[in-house]
Amino acid sequence: MTGISPAVVAASKLGLTFQTNDGPVQALSNVDLTIGKGEFVSFIGPSGCGKTTLLRVIADLEKPTSGTISVNGMTAEQAREKRAYGYVFQAAALFPWRTIERNVALPLEIMGLSRAAQAERIKRTLDLVNLSGFEKKYPWQLSGGMQQRASIARALAFDADLLLMDEPFGALDEIVRDHLNEQLLELWSRTNKTICFVTHSIPEAVYLSTRIVVMSPRPGRVSDIIESTLPRERPLGIRETPEFLAIAARVRDGLRAGHSYDD
Amino acid sequence: MNWLKPSWQAVLAIVLCLIAVALGAIAAPKVDPLAQSAGTLIYPYAATSWLIFGALLLAALISMARMPSIVEAVVLFIGAHLVAWLLIGGIAGFEGLARAPYFLQLAAAWLLGWRCVAGLSSLRATAKWERTALRLIIPAIFGAWILIIWEAVTRGAGIPFILLPPPSAIGARIAGSLPVLGADVRQTIFKAVIFGYVVGSAAGFITAILADRVPFLRRGLLPIGNMVSALPIIGVAPIMVMWFGFDWQSKAAVVIIMTFFPMLVNTVAGLAASGHMERDLMRTYASGYLPTLIKLRLPAAAPFIFNALKINSTLALIGAIVAEFFGTPVVGMGFRISTEVGRMNIDMVWAEIAVAALAGSVFYGVVALVERAVTFWHPSVRGG
Amino acid sequence: MDTFRDKLIPVTSILAGVVVLWYVCAIILNAPFQRDLDTRANETPEIIEFIGKTLVQPKPTLPAPHQVAVNFFENTFLRPITSNRSLVYNAWVTLSSTLLGFAFGTALGIIIAVGIVHVATLDRSLMPWIIASQTIPILAVAPMIIVVLAAVGITGLIPKAMISTYLSFFPVTVGMVKGLRSPEIMYLDLMHTYNASASQTFWKLRVPASVPFLFTSMKVAVAASLVGAIVGELPTGAVAGIGAKLLAGAYYSQSIDIWSALVAGSIVAALLVMVVGIAGRLVDRAMGGRPA
Repeated sequence: MTGISPAVVAASKLGLTFQTNDGPVQALSNVDLTIGKGEFVSFIGPSGCGKTTLLRVIADLEKPTSGTISVNGMTAEQAREKRAYGYVFQAAALFPWRTIERNVALPLEIMGLSRAAQAERIKRTLDLVNLSGFEKKYPWQLSGGMQQRASIARALAFDADLLLMDEPFGALDEIVRDHLNEQLLELWSRTNKTICFVTHSIPEAVYLSTRIVVMSPRPGRVSDIIESTLPRERPLGIRETPEFLAIAARVRDGLRAGHSYDD
Repeated sequence: MNWLKPSWQAVLAIVLCLIAVALGAIAAPKVDPLAQSAGTLIYPYAATSWLIFGALLLAALISMARMPSIVEAVVLFIGAHLVAWLLIGGIAGFEGLARAPYFLQLAAAWLLGWRCVAGLSSLRATAKWERTALRLIIPAIFGAWILIIWEAVTRGAGIPFILLPPPSAIGARIAGSLPVLGADVRQTIFKAVIFGYVVGSAAGFITAILADRVPFLRRGLLPIGNMVSALPIIGVAPIMVMWFGFDWQSKAAVVIIMTFFPMLVNTVAGLAASGHMERDLMRTYASGYLPTLIKLRLPAAAPFIFNALKINSTLALIGAIVAEFFGTPVVGMGFRISTEVGRMNIDMVWAEIAVAALAGSVFYGVVALVERAVTFWHPSVRGG
Repeated sequence: MDTFRDKLIPVTSILAGVVVLWYVCAIILNAPFQRDLDTRANETPEIIEFIGKTLVQPKPTLPAPHQVAVNFFENTFLRPITSNRSLVYNAWVTLSSTLLGFAFGTALGIIIAVGIVHVATLDRSLMPWIIASQTIPILAVAPMIIVVLAAVGITGLIPKAMISTYLSFFPVTVGMVKGLRSPEIMYLDLMHTYNASASQTFWKLRVPASVPFLFTSMKVAVAASLVGAIVGELPTGAVAGIGAKLLAGAYYSQSIDIWSALVAGSIVAALLVMVVGIAGRLVDRAMGGRPA
């Protein structure tokens, strides 16, 4: 992966310890990971395994206490200042006082784009997530799935090559989630972005990813990395194929090996 | 008997009405001052006493028949208010001479009014305008009955004018003293209140923004501000009068001090109200302090800021009026209240209070309207 | 206790800053009058001496903190409690009508709230007026109530307590209505599945749920009640109480007296709010609330 194009994300010996009232908690320990351009990498594991923390370290929302992390060949902080990535949270986190188009425009305003450039990108990204026609709506007038799509549009609006997604569909029901997964894959293949995707659903991880990073808790660490053998073209029906089920079984084994099922 | 739908209010009203008839005259007769022969008595309610009785009985009986509640409400509304109008009209010239039947029939009319409001409250309106209309009509009837009972009791029982003047006298006084009231409003509200409110709220807001940049200040100011909000700040009024003289400047100073702390505390709390996720989002954009403040934290703080503005609208009026008790030029609402109380012109005091209440409600209402326009997105606004 | 320690240092240092600022202001504000005195006495004091003099004036524009402290100490601890110059005596006069009014106001507020929650007619007709009445400068009525009641022979504690009642029942009503309505639909449905009567739902669900709201609004109410009592003492006729002290100080320009009366009023207010807060916490603890 690291051969020709430089790694988008490279972590080595990464560790993060939180100081809490009950003493230090090792959220990440000794994480080595390289993510190449155009990959779709899922992080899976039980709660407390540090998958969200790892994503936040990549995004420079947390500082590691040991080891190194580089994003696009820079430190995570430099990458953040260069707006190298779009981040999608667990909830849509749309500003209720802005319409959908103004929400998508938010990062563009902060980055100082001209009105015309803003309008062009808003139109393009809303098209990309199939939200054309909802520009003037307020977030609370949309369903949960549409809100989350708007927040993905907001992350895509400024054309960062890296998309960091922290359980973006966790709060949605399964029917909506399937639909959004399909759309996300389509979006990924059309834009050729690099995506880091945190989830705790095995089928979701297998369905979406080119690589699955299995993590386990206490201390948070990478216990297995599974390369997907599925083709890039993935209709929803692929989830019933033996190949898919085999990968899912490997992920489940990886979770079990990390003692993720102990509690 | 399924055409009958008894209600306790209507039954009780009929009972009261019958007792009233059994007891006889509604009010005592009095000597006619205009009659030629001395000792000629004139009798109150000569023409209307049976009309009152009839209207009460009829309205109560009809209301118990099975019919749409809107019709019932209309019947009760007409009946109750006709009776109230006849009773109050008839007592003119016989103030203080009312006997038990007067009050019994007033009570009966009030019960019918209650029944009317109860009927309206149980209506399930479907259209939006119907709901709005009901939301206004029901409290309006309630308010009207407070005035009716106030008027009828003060005049019927002949309560001394200085103790509690009837609303009609207060209304007449307002109409008769518009220039004086206008001058008082100009002095107290347009000078002291508005100036103090704007400066005090702005100062609190700016201090909060500054405090927010320094966590040390924020941690210290918040408990202090909370504590100060509970203190009787109004007590600084005499000091401000000593410092800034008798004119409106000293009142504005009191208002500034009173409005400063609620704004400070609320703005600081509001600036902390934006969610973690939203703040992280701004961080991923490498957004600086100022864009984050303007695009995220101030809009998120808006409900808190408006809460302070609403609290302050009341505090400002109170501050200015009470500060005037400590000394003013010969104009101003607080001045008028304290001097007219001294001269026992209680109707003028009530007139001034009515104006103050009106001004307070308008002030609050304007702030609330602006709030609705600005924080339209907030669940408390879009839900209701 | 962690948060307490976090706050302690900032709070004390800000308060210390206020005291320093107060001294500076006192010097600046009292300077013109002192300069006036000095020119008249043909004195040209050194700057240090001049500053010293600005802080010991008998009727300063702004008394220095230590002057207020000394006055407060003398009038609180050195005078017999029965003396009408004693701050303890005056504070007690105000406190007694505050407490009486607060008790009545709270009771009245709770009763009205229960009525509003259970009688739809009251909810629709009375509640809008309760809310509207909060926008009205009620304190303006205070002098009239005092004087009018005095005219019919009611003086002393009762009129002041009435003002306090009036001021304190609004917050309690509004808070209590909110509290009694605070149980979620789920809990109400649960009571419904038990076929619980209205009174059972009231005592077992609504009342416990409303307790935190009650104490929060009581804190506001007790502060309002004190303000009502103080303002009730302002119209002529009141001979004792913190409000009377303020008025007397204003008449005779005894600025130090005004400030120490203010300090006394603030201490009473702080104590009252604290007592209500502690009571609230004890009740919460007794009801099995999680210790914060």
